[in-house]
Amino acid sequence: MSGHSTYVPGTAFERWLEKRLPIISLVHDSFVSFPTPKNLNYFWTFGAILSAMLGWQILTGMVLAMHYAANDAVAFASVEHIMRDVNYGWLLRYGHANGASFFFIAVYIHIFRGLYFGSYKEPREVLWILGMIIFLLMMATGFMGYVLPWGQMSFWGATVITNLFSAIPLVGSSIVTWLWGGFSVGDPTLNRFFSLHYLLPFMIAGVVILHVWALHVVGQNNPAGIEPKSTEDTVPFTPYATSKDVFATVVFFVIFAWFIFYVPNYTGDPDNYIEANPLATPAHIEPEWYFLPFYAILRSIPDKLGGVLCMFGAIAVLFVLPWLDTSKVRSATYRPLYRQFFWILVIVSVGLGWLGAQPPEGGYVIASRLFTAYYFIHFLVILPLLGLIETPKPLPTSISEAVLAKNGHQPAHT
Amino acid sequence: MTSLSKGAALVRQAVLAAGLILVAGSTWATAAEEAYEPAITKQLWSFAGPFGKFDKAQLQRGYKVYKEVCSNCHSMKFVSFRNLSQAGGPGFTEEQVKALAATVKVQDGPNDNGEMFERPGKASDRFPSPFANPEAAKAANNGAVPPDMSLLAKARSAEKSIYTWPINWLLQYQEYGPDYIYSLLNHYGPEDSKVCETGYYNTAYLGSRPCFAMPKPISDGQVTYDDGSKETVEQYSRDVSAFLMWAAEPKLEERKETGFKVIIFLIVFASLLYFTKRKIWANVAH
Repeated sequence: MSGHSTYVPGTAFERWLEKRLPIISLVHDSFVSFPTPKNLNYFWTFGAILSAMLGWQILTGMVLAMHYAANDAVAFASVEHIMRDVNYGWLLRYGHANGASFFFIAVYIHIFRGLYFGSYKEPREVLWILGMIIFLLMMATGFMGYVLPWGQMSFWGATVITNLFSAIPLVGSSIVTWLWGGFSVGDPTLNRFFSLHYLLPFMIAGVVILHVWALHVVGQNNPAGIEPKSTEDTVPFTPYATSKDVFATVVFFVIFAWFIFYVPNYTGDPDNYIEANPLATPAHIEPEWYFLPFYAILRSIPDKLGGVLCMFGAIAVLFVLPWLDTSKVRSATYRPLYRQFFWILVIVSVGLGWLGAQPPEGGYVIASRLFTAYYFIHFLVILPLLGLIETPKPLPTSISEAVLAKNGHQPAHT
Repeated sequence: MTSLSKGAALVRQAVLAAGLILVAGSTWATAAEEAYEPAITKQLWSFAGPFGKFDKAQLQRGYKVYKEVCSNCHSMKFVSFRNLSQAGGPGFTEEQVKALAATVKVQDGPNDNGEMFERPGKASDRFPSPFANPEAAKAANNGAVPPDMSLLAKARSAEKSIYTWPINWLLQYQEYGPDYIYSLLNHYGPEDSKVCETGYYNTAYLGSRPCFAMPKPISDGQVTYDDGSKETVEQYSRDVSAFLMWAAEPKLEERKETGFKVIIFLIVFASLLYFTKRKIWANVAH
């Protein structure tokens, strides 16, 4: 976005390469000289954290795949082989399984940061939509990965979720048979899930490149929600953002390590340590925690097709969010009403997650319905209206002024 | 503006009301169930916490209880004899393991003549299963296969209460399996109890009713200990629960030791990065 590259080839080889493939200048412009708003807070480090998590998952997953066998007769035993006989197999598997959870923790923080600071607004709509595509791919990858250990919850989770497609009128049951590769979840299902589980992360990596490209075209949003006006407002990505990102990533990995080494089964379901048995249905079938809000929405609708539509609608509504929010002001810092509704949405989303883990009966169902209704009302009613009736606070004239105001100084030249 | 704030306040009240319904809902749900609360009590385990280690003598006793009592009905198909002498385990010597393995007969083959034959067990053999197949196990046990014990200590959980999540996370509570197994073995009711039509009265059993499919498996004095430990059901169940935790997680000690080093390294590394970052940003107001 800054026009001509500031990269100067230093050596004869670099000059030679630059004329043939300007890859060093591309990396230089994207990750070194790229102008970064200087007022970014730590919520802006989650992009780097997510990249690190994607790398971690691909790396651990690649080695796990060398020892795992995607066959329903031996899949469960091959995971135990990894845990007991492979050198540091326990680290690979616990790291990968908890890695999925931490990938989702990071992506949820990243998404809610975007919601709070209006990062989806003009001109960042495509950037936002690419992010949503990554989120969808992550959900598919996470779901299929959970099936691979072939425990009870793997098997029955796969059965419940694939059965959702049977709600499609006319062709539903044919589609489900096609997905399964048979008349129930079985060996063909496990095999294709393994294949797709290995493929999708590379599709994620591809869309991440588009996501970063789009980001570098429009530039980063920032807590003030206003565009940088001069070079005073920005700092070069390296070393400023790089040092902050690396620090935040390592702190994130401290908490991640706590889970891997001390509470590795905390996010898992004990039932998944029982080998898949098509003849014994577990008392409570529930997905991994990161799907629970959507699971709650699914179950809150008494009609199967309606439930499926609402569940997918809960994500679809995020795709059109840039056009639902009518406010011209990005950051919730300057939107007193939106800020309140944002936090209500956070509470409702977490509440839906909790409800997704409860049995579908009595008061839980009523609460799920209220929360589901509110979730959609937030996006479809409150956001469009709010932009029309809310009076935002006066915006600072520049990022530098916002920084001075935050630090308690009077706007003056320094 | 004021009407808008009122609007926001109304929404907040609505959310609050929804929350109240939620709480009320959970109360109804509890009331609807029978007043049965499984009596599962948390125990102190040597392998709990960041520096937890298995008590080798306890694991050896637990192995004895498993071998003489549990293994009559339960398989443990993912554990091999050689595991008994591995680091972080019961600490048997390789000679002891060879001797233990040699006490079982293993079918091997085919040999050069195409015939199957029996041979004494080797350290590399898995623990033998008590039944030839699930059907035989079912036939001998009132139609239910006794669960494989390799992962039992990780496959059972007492509670998933939202209130204890953060505490369990901080205190590293991962011993719900052995706590449950210990409690089960200690909470059999009187044998002449009429509470259960099917199953055996057990007030620790996780289910809608205190009726457990397994009859009381062990009594005081049944297994002889050589190290002077008490020969009571309480002691047996404590030892066998610890042994089952080891069987389910044989790399527990290695995991916790590695974890401590990794976390210390990461904290030191993060501190250095923090000061680096501060120095870099020192001249930029942000």
